[in-house]
Amino acid sequence: MSATLEVAGLETHFVTRAGVVKAVDGVSFSVDRGQVLGLVGESGSGKTVTGLSIMGLVDAPGRIAGGSIKLAGKELVGLDERGWRTIRGRKIAMIFQDPMMTLNPVLRVDTQMIEAIQAHEDVANDVARARCRDALGRVGIPSPEERLSAYPHQFSGGMRQRVAIAIALLHNPDLIIADEPTTALDVTIQAQIIAQVQKLAAETGAAIVWVTHDLAVVSGLSDRLAVMYAGRIIEEGPTAEVLTRPGHPYTAGLLASLPINNPRGRPLNQIPGSTPSLLRLPPGCPFAPRCGACQDDCTVTRPPETRFGMDRRLRCFHPLEASA
Amino acid sequence: MSDVAIEAIPAVETPLRRFIADYCANRLALAALVVVLVLALLSLLAPWIAPQNPYDLTQISIFDNMLKPGERSMDGNLFVLGTDEQGRDMLSAMLYGLKMSLFVGAASTAMGLAVGVSLGVTAAYFGGRIDAAIMRLVDLQLSFPAILIALILLAVLGKGVDKVILALTLVQWAYYARTVRGNALVERRREYIEAAQCLALPRSRIIFRHLLPNCMAPLIVIATVQVAHAISLEATLSFLGVGVPITEPSLGLLISNGYKYILSGKYWVSLFPGLLLLFTILTINLVGDHLRDLLNPRLKT
Amino acid sequence: MSALIEARNVSKRFAREPDLAAKIAGLFGNVRREVVHALDSVSLAVAPGEVVGLVGESGSGKSTLGRILAGVWEPTGGDVLFDGCRTADLSGDERRKADLAVQMVFQDPMSSLNPRMRVADIIGEAPLFHGVAAKAEVAAYVADLMRKVGLDPSFADRYPHQFSGGQRARIGIARALAVKPRVIVADEAIAALDVSIQAQVINLFMQLRAEFGLAYLFISHDLGVVRHLADRVAILYLGRIVEIAKADELFAAPNHPYTQALLANMPKVETGKHAFAPLQGEIPSPLNPPSGCHFHPRCPFATARCSDEVPALKEIAPGRLAACHLNGP
Ligand SMILES: Nc1ncnc2c1ncn2[C@@H]1O[C@H](COP(=O)(O)OP(=O)(O)OP(=O)(O)O)[C@@H](O)[C@H]1O
Ligand SMILES: Nc1ncnc2c1ncn2[C@@H]1O[C@H](COP(=O)(O)OP(=O)(O)OP(=O)(O)O)[C@@H](O)[C@H]1O
Ligand code: SF4
Ligand code: SF4
Ligand SMILES: [Mg+2]
Ligand SMILES: [Mg+2]
Repeated sequence: MSATLEVAGLETHFVTRAGVVKAVDGVSFSVDRGQVLGLVGESGSGKTVTGLSIMGLVDAPGRIAGGSIKLAGKELVGLDERGWRTIRGRKIAMIFQDPMMTLNPVLRVDTQMIEAIQAHEDVANDVARARCRDALGRVGIPSPEERLSAYPHQFSGGMRQRVAIAIALLHNPDLIIADEPTTALDVTIQAQIIAQVQKLAAETGAAIVWVTHDLAVVSGLSDRLAVMYAGRIIEEGPTAEVLTRPGHPYTAGLLASLPINNPRGRPLNQIPGSTPSLLRLPPGCPFAPRCGACQDDCTVTRPPETRFGMDRRLRCFHPLEASA
Repeated sequence: MSDVAIEAIPAVETPLRRFIADYCANRLALAALVVVLVLALLSLLAPWIAPQNPYDLTQISIFDNMLKPGERSMDGNLFVLGTDEQGRDMLSAMLYGLKMSLFVGAASTAMGLAVGVSLGVTAAYFGGRIDAAIMRLVDLQLSFPAILIALILLAVLGKGVDKVILALTLVQWAYYARTVRGNALVERRREYIEAAQCLALPRSRIIFRHLLPNCMAPLIVIATVQVAHAISLEATLSFLGVGVPITEPSLGLLISNGYKYILSGKYWVSLFPGLLLLFTILTINLVGDHLRDLLNPRLKT
Repeated sequence: MSALIEARNVSKRFAREPDLAAKIAGLFGNVRREVVHALDSVSLAVAPGEVVGLVGESGSGKSTLGRILAGVWEPTGGDVLFDGCRTADLSGDERRKADLAVQMVFQDPMSSLNPRMRVADIIGEAPLFHGVAAKAEVAAYVADLMRKVGLDPSFADRYPHQFSGGQRARIGIARALAVKPRVIVADEAIAALDVSIQAQVINLFMQLRAEFGLAYLFISHDLGVVRHLADRVAILYLGRIVEIAKADELFAAPNHPYTQALLANMPKVETGKHAFAPLQGEIPSPLNPPSGCHFHPRCPFATARCSDEVPALKEIAPGRLAACHLNGP
């Protein structure tokens, strides 16, 4: 049986005046039904572009330069706009950091939701409206009937994000891509949204790709974890294993720098240096200038993807722990 | 912190250099800019390159009046664009007229900018009553047609280049004040303004050294378009006879002078200054339009 | 305890301009001018060399309190005291000294730097203007500061956009240090930085504290960082302080139900995959806060009294304050 989403060797490039930006450079992963994949990485590492590529939303000057994206075995790369329209919003839904990317500020919530339903299904207005009411209720919005006829600006940030999630779930998609949906929200509201998504995923069996830069968020949510650095996945595996026994020096450095892993009031273990520009990557391992385990061979060729342990993948010549 | 590998992003691309490169990428806009510069240069060099000084009565002869373009006078001088009813060489008159038009346009725009920008940025920084007072004045100003205000002012002030510039300044400042206020309202929320306040720098310094330079980019667009607008407004005023004095004619006045001969077939006295005016305004607007496209972040990918 | 900088019963109200919809509605009835109580009689002191963490949800008034303590905004009620003197009574040089002694470091490393100024001017402008450094030596002074925050002084004539996020944050810190402050108000100063850069900047804050004896008001929603850095922590909820305690005590045994909920909801790496049990309810609008204890609509322990009576912030143990009726009358 094939996984819900299979991405293999995905490459998404942006052609700019300063050169070709390889925002996604050979990314492979798969997500099964009902599974949550956490995709973490720093700003500019290519998380959003990966998500947009899967949605077929990469605009010029960007294009998918190679690789394949399969949804339930069906190839999506190379699909024409008509083909995409039957998939986007119906089979795959995306939740953005800013819910106003999904919501139109001048239309009432019910108008937008009914429109979203009727874009893919031929149903009468009142049936669609009833479905919208249920959807709002499912994401925990109190008195959904009244809320349907409100405008987005009358909602709080957390509520807006719930409405965006409700819209994403309208067609029971096979795959949900959530791009930092809780980053702008408060701690208590973030916990509510995560709990809601967790529950809904379990109910509907959708596969979820949860993009974030916060290790702590995905640690409580995801089954598998993929860490991106400079357009590549440098480590991938079951969340608990990656977090307890990181193989890549970057993952290990991130974990070591968390305040919780340092004695209170003492200097934190820090990763030196700053994130490289994608236009001027060093020839070997992109992490080499910042890496404590770097050796001579690291600066010559890019580390290829290797299997690590039972069920993990890694891009590093000198993994931290040769696990069995 | 010496263990931090410090590597700044190299200065390959400064914003200005990038902007110039972006501007030059559009052929039409580049051509327009070159034309505008050439026109400005020609007008500045008018005293040296014009065949005659059209306002030196010793150089013109009434017997050469109304020569057709390309005709020669009795003493053999060629008049490429013909002469007017007083025997002036049209080409020379147009070069001098262009100079006057550009000068009035640029000077009034510069003064309008100075007044409008100071008031607009002050309104935005202080907000509250000061803001309300200045902006009501702007609303008042903008609710009358520009030409009407200029006409009334000139009727009161009388003729003269300085008076025209003053009138055009008063017509224009409100646009700048409104635009700069809009930008400044956004910019003043930025944290660098708060940082400057926190560093106990005086207000005037914060307004003019920190706030103002960051509000100027969109103004460049408006100012460019406004130069063209001011030139055409001045031409209108001169055409109506309330603009520059007859002794220092602008393009508008030249058009007006020749207007009465159009029906008798002596088209060149009006037509050539008119074409030059049209061409000047058109190219300046082309430059302005392209600047706007470049500076509008929403049109950028 | 002698406080270096202190807010005493500080309140801040904003009269919110009616938006277009309200204005149109106002054509048919009278417009209600909405007032936001961003801060409601808040008292908080920072002692010399102390790090006070200020935690709260969006709109709870953290930035407002920080700006008032830094002298950027005036409070609507109450006093700010610097070295025991009300800053409102100070004038001229005294006032300037008090203003310069409290500096801010901001959240967004890009928008907090003037994009049209060179780094040398961004850092050097204020010390030159206030005579902290003479004109001849300001370049050396700036170079020295840049080295202290871990920047190469040879970049002094570059513009902010030529630096990475972490480097910009360092420039902002150097600018604050340039006028020799005694307190730094850091408003979400690391929130916008990359994960791998946050640790660098936190370390820099700690190093500067040791070197200059700086005190911090450290505003953050990241409880892990606050726990690491702060000596004391104050929790704000809708403009009121609900709990102040030593950091280790607060994290070991939170007293106020809201603090408890915050700690429980904080994502932690070590818990692993688990079901979240979030605190229910929305954060109420500050325009229209609940009566009595602001937290009562969401509080699992709320009683009838909670919706009538505002709980006072009172001492429940030495140096520890909380505002909850559960702590007795
Ligand atoms: N339209 C575009 N044109 C050129 N480059 C682009 C474009 N969109 C993205 N990029 C580049 O692609 C890279 C990856 O960007 P992406 O938005 O995927 O990062 P991210 O991991 O989502 O970061 P963040 O955490 O900041 O959201 C960046 O270096 C960015 O500069
Ligand atoms: N200039 C202002 N005008 C009107 N209301 C304001 C202004 N500044 C802040 N407020 C209001 O005051 C309240 C407190 O705002 P403040 O910025 O202090 O919150 P905060 O705790 O810093 O939140 P965040 O975590 O979102 O930064 C909010 O309700 C806000 O809407
Ligand atoms: S390949 Fe070398 S430089 Fe890269 S992460 Fe591994 S050890 Fe470090
Ligand atoms: S006063 Fe009442 S509502 Fe408020 S926190 Fe205490 S128990 Fe909860
Ligand atoms: Mg992103
Ligand atoms: Mg804030």
